[in-house]
Amino acid sequence: MTITRSPHRLRRVTAGLAAAAIGALTLAACGDSDPLDNSGGDSDTIVIGSQEYYSNEIIAEAYSQALEAAGFEVEEEFKIGQREAYLPDIESGAIDLFPEYTGPLLIALDQDATAKLSDDVYAALGEALPDGLRALEQSEATDQDSYVVTRDYADQWGLATIEDLTKVTDPIVFGANSEAESRPNGPKGLKSTYGVEVSFTPIDDGGGPLTVKALKDGDIQMAIIYTGDPSIQKNDLVPLEDTKGLFLASHVVPIASDDVDDEAAAIIDEISAAMSPEDLVALNARSVDEQLSAEVIAKEWLEDEGLL
Amino acid sequence: MSLFGDALAWILDGGHWGGPTGIDTRLWQHLAVTFAAVALAAAVAIPLGVLIGHTGRGRLVVVATAGAVRAVPTLGLLTLLGLWLGIGLTAPLLALVVLAFPSLLAGAYAGVESADRGAVDAARSLGMSEWQLVLRVELPLGAAVVIGGLRAATLQVVATATLAAYLSDTGLGRYLFAGLKSRDYPQMLAGALLVAALALLLDVALAFVQRACRGPAPLAPSDAAPEAAPAKG
Repeated sequence: MTITRSPHRLRRVTAGLAAAAIGALTLAACGDSDPLDNSGGDSDTIVIGSQEYYSNEIIAEAYSQALEAAGFEVEEEFKIGQREAYLPDIESGAIDLFPEYTGPLLIALDQDATAKLSDDVYAALGEALPDGLRALEQSEATDQDSYVVTRDYADQWGLATIEDLTKVTDPIVFGANSEAESRPNGPKGLKSTYGVEVSFTPIDDGGGPLTVKALKDGDIQMAIIYTGDPSIQKNDLVPLEDTKGLFLASHVVPIASDDVDDEAAAIIDEISAAMSPEDLVALNARSVDEQLSAEVIAKEWLEDEGLL
Repeated sequence: MSLFGDALAWILDGGHWGGPTGIDTRLWQHLAVTFAAVALAAAVAIPLGVLIGHTGRGRLVVVATAGAVRAVPTLGLLTLLGLWLGIGLTAPLLALVVLAFPSLLAGAYAGVESADRGAVDAARSLGMSEWQLVLRVELPLGAAVVIGGLRAATLQVVATATLAAYLSDTGLGRYLFAGLKSRDYPQMLAGALLVAALALLLDVALAFVQRACRGPAPLAPSDAAPEAAPAKG
């Protein structure tokens, strides 16, 4: 099958400005068929996507290997980027299967969603998904944003929950990716939900080593780091408990298109059921500490669980 | 082309001006970072370049090193420096100094070398000291080339100073990072347009300075001397 580019797409490319367009082109260039063309013909192949996030890629690898072992034809389109970059491709059906996270995906689809608890979020997500897409069973494993502080800072001010931050009389500097400044769980949400005032400074490495260093140096007092990130234990950071649900429940959930039939869905559901929250942190730690590839980590986990 | 229109509208929106995150503040921050990085780099690179150009000594080593430095990816260097120095402006500023250094050095030594040898010999035979040779003959004759290096360095730094926003709440890069990750493409493009406009303004201004340097010199250097190093991508 050849790649046919409509004049409309070429105009988009000429504009050359939207990252989404570039992402779509990259996809088109990688496959032997145009993954954006969902008008049938390639329905035998299940296109699996993943975020540009090692943990997400490990989960996507597990889906891919389990489906392939069961005789399905799969195509991997991994490391696409953050949600903003790949969501259009999921909505258009260019990608058939994608490991997602319930809460953040719900908010991305429906900004007015009010559900916070995990079952409510899952139910709301099912309704918010466009026609042709469905959420398979959600896993127990979670990977959600959490506010973290250093152990010293938590001890100094007696912090266990986010609400405890109101006891802090020194100015609090909050460091996170630049987009956090305008998101609901940024400074504005902290103020409206908990009455906590913080100033913001951007550190664009997604809770990575630069963020951890800034915390330890005392340049910032609070950061956003994923609960699934092994660096929380390694650096003795304290995630603050979110008593009022500022952060949404965020369970691992596979999003599937109609190209994923019941047989394939059953295989994926088995993986979701087998993956515990501790499993996910352990898988992430293998990636960070042992520097193993997602492929190897996923394969060994599937074998341990008897899924391969 | 509606995206372009949206970006222009974003820039013209009065609500995006004024205050600590306004376009005017970001523009000044961006200019200040650019100026500081180029000035710091120039403070070392130009004297060093003049020394090499005047004496001809150490040329091979320094020029080869500076050439190699050109290949250092600024974002990678920024991350390394950030892990060492922490967040804030210091790490981005140092990374930009490293970026500006080779162009400034090349401009300085090429400028001094390009001074007409006959004029230099004549001045020396008149009894000028080495300092006088540099300040009164070589630098005035090579000024256009030295400014050319400054122009190339400034262009590179003003475009790359967007990276300051990676680790600090500074400059026009804030619009790029924030716009990219929240799919606010008008904001992102607006940031890019502002950077491009600033770069053009600075370049035109320095081009005038460069021409002014070249104009009155009675013994204009030949055009064979490298005028400006090509900008690194």
